Amino acid sequence: MSLVRAEQLVKTYRMGDVEVQALKGVDFSIEPSSFVAFVGPSGSGKSTLLNMIGCLDHPSSGKLTVLDTDVATLDQRNGATFRGEHIGFVFQDFNLIPVLTVFENVEYPLRMVQKWPLEKRRAQVLRLLEAVGMSDQAGKRPDQLSGGQKQRVAVARALVSQPKLVLADEPTANLDHDTAYRVLQLMKKMRDEFGTTFVFSTHDPKIMGEAETIFTLEDGRLQNEKESNHA
Amino acid sequence: MLDVLAIASRNLLRYRRRTLLTLLLIVIGMVAVLLFIAVAGSFKSMMVGQFTDSVLGHLQVHRKGYVASIDNLPLNLNLTPALVAKAEEALKANPLVETWSPRVKFGGMFSNFAETTSIRINGIDPAREAATVPLLPGRLLEGDKAKPLVERGQIVIPVLLARGMNTKVGDTVVVVATNRDGSVNGKTFVVQGILEGVTGPGGRDGYMHIDDARALLRMSDAEISEIAVRLKDFSRLGQADKQFKQMLGESTNKEGKQPIEVHTWAELSPFANLARMIDLMTLFIKIMLVSIVLVSVMNVMMMAVFERIREIGTIAAIGTPPGRILSLFLAEGLMLGVVGTAAGIILSLAAIFGINVWSPTFAFGQQQNLVMAPTIAAGDVLSIAAMVVAVAVLASLQPAWKASRMDPISALRHV
Repeated sequence: MSLVRAEQLVKTYRMGDVEVQALKGVDFSIEPSSFVAFVGPSGSGKSTLLNMIGCLDHPSSGKLTVLDTDVATLDQRNGATFRGEHIGFVFQDFNLIPVLTVFENVEYPLRMVQKWPLEKRRAQVLRLLEAVGMSDQAGKRPDQLSGGQKQRVAVARALVSQPKLVLADEPTANLDHDTAYRVLQLMKKMRDEFGTTFVFSTHDPKIMGEAETIFTLEDGRLQNEKESNHA
Repeated sequence: MLDVLAIASRNLLRYRRRTLLTLLLIVIGMVAVLLFIAVAGSFKSMMVGQFTDSVLGHLQVHRKGYVASIDNLPLNLNLTPALVAKAEEALKANPLVETWSPRVKFGGMFSNFAETTSIRINGIDPAREAATVPLLPGRLLEGDKAKPLVERGQIVIPVLLARGMNTKVGDTVVVVATNRDGSVNGKTFVVQGILEGVTGPGGRDGYMHIDDARALLRMSDAEISEIAVRLKDFSRLGQADKQFKQMLGESTNKEGKQPIEVHTWAELSPFANLARMIDLMTLFIKIMLVSIVLVSVMNVMMMAVFERIREIGTIAAIGTPPGRILSLFLAEGLMLGVVGTAAGIILSLAAIFGINVWSPTFAFGQQQNLVMAPTIAAGDVLSIAAMVVAVAVLASLQPAWKASRMDPISALRHV
């Protein structure tokens, strides 16, 4: 059974008096434990699609189910609950909370969203920091880390609550190629270790090659689905 | 909740200078209000105490209409023995009453055989008067303080009169008075003591024994002009006043008229208006404090939300419920309020202690060297603290609400 299924997905924005169609009837499905990339030029609809899969935005028409839930039916509060329980996020700019340490940033979803007990929480955070190779940096603040280290922490934060799905919007855009490659390898390793589905967007051809399934978007339409030789 | 407070405290420490500035404003406001309440309150209670404990008593009972004509000291509006008995029965039955003192009041002429002037006289039972207005004996500037305040055949006069008439303790003087029938009677007295003046009604009165007053006025019955009442607990004045007004004020005589009226000290003294002004000023100072806290906390919280829009987008995206985001920002306002209030209370109490150690003196009317001894009730401190904390939380509400309702996508795109 598909983890994510989209049928005739349309998203229309209104910018002043002009209606802009960001997605024009998109169909796709994503299987559990897959490593998927949405690629395409800027403005092709990648981020819009990821926002809708992440319950941050609603489709204008069509149907989008994530983990058998029609995300269009979720209001702000239920959307937040759904994200907290099932979806992890990795951002282009890392978006770590500057007043918290590395440990506390990774701990945040368990502490403020899911309310895990202290001991269980601590063990899970240490496990994730170990997995991303950041356990020796646990006491540092984000401003004391390099870009690659920050994104490793962000990956750990996205995975700490054991979500079924991690969405990463341009996760390597602010990293040099070597670091970007290492972050992608890390995400893959995490997928292998935890069985989590990773869906990321990119317009970097070198990075998109790391994906096992690639959906190409152009002008709001899905051009093709390609199985990579990494699959 | 502890998790929310821990993160809120980190966020407050993120902008130390701004947080300290806001705290400073709250602390200054708290200190200003608490010091004002302590100093003005002690000044007010000292002044009220001067009037109630040396002249007026807490409550007074009169025959109906007496207070309206009190400047004339009308002898035809005295309480008759039957009304006195009725009033005393009510006073005895009320557990709030500590004691009371009957008085015969009249206007007369005071002569030292060389000069003559007018005088207001209180005929009193010295023991009961001292129990009802305990500061009165302490106002004796000259004379034997060990003796009862005034003995039969003697008179105590106010210092202004003594100076003006060049009269000393032990001098013989004459008091002449007109009784209710219009006939005049005079009697010689020995000056037993000279009283310090006190600002306000009754502050320039002379005192003689109640039996001497009745003899001078040739009263056939044991009439009295007023009963001064002292309560066990001054703070229950309102309750006692209400009870007496119901028991005595609403009773009617055979003609269906109300024979007795009851007044609190505040209804008899113009100083009550000054006391009310102090209360009004306290209210305005409190409103200023509320404004300071409201504006400063709201400003800092609006800035906090504006500067952390992307961060709000991030925590919303990773699943933080809107209610939790709201509580994160409310907690920052709460902590500002609590820390500012705590520091304000500590500094205020230290300042009040310092003033008490310093013991500055001041003059009020005729009275010199009154010692400023500010005190503040725990209830006042707690109510101000609760008000400041509540206003700090209230000021955070709008920015916190805005943060909790923010669209995560727009917030994440914010530059």
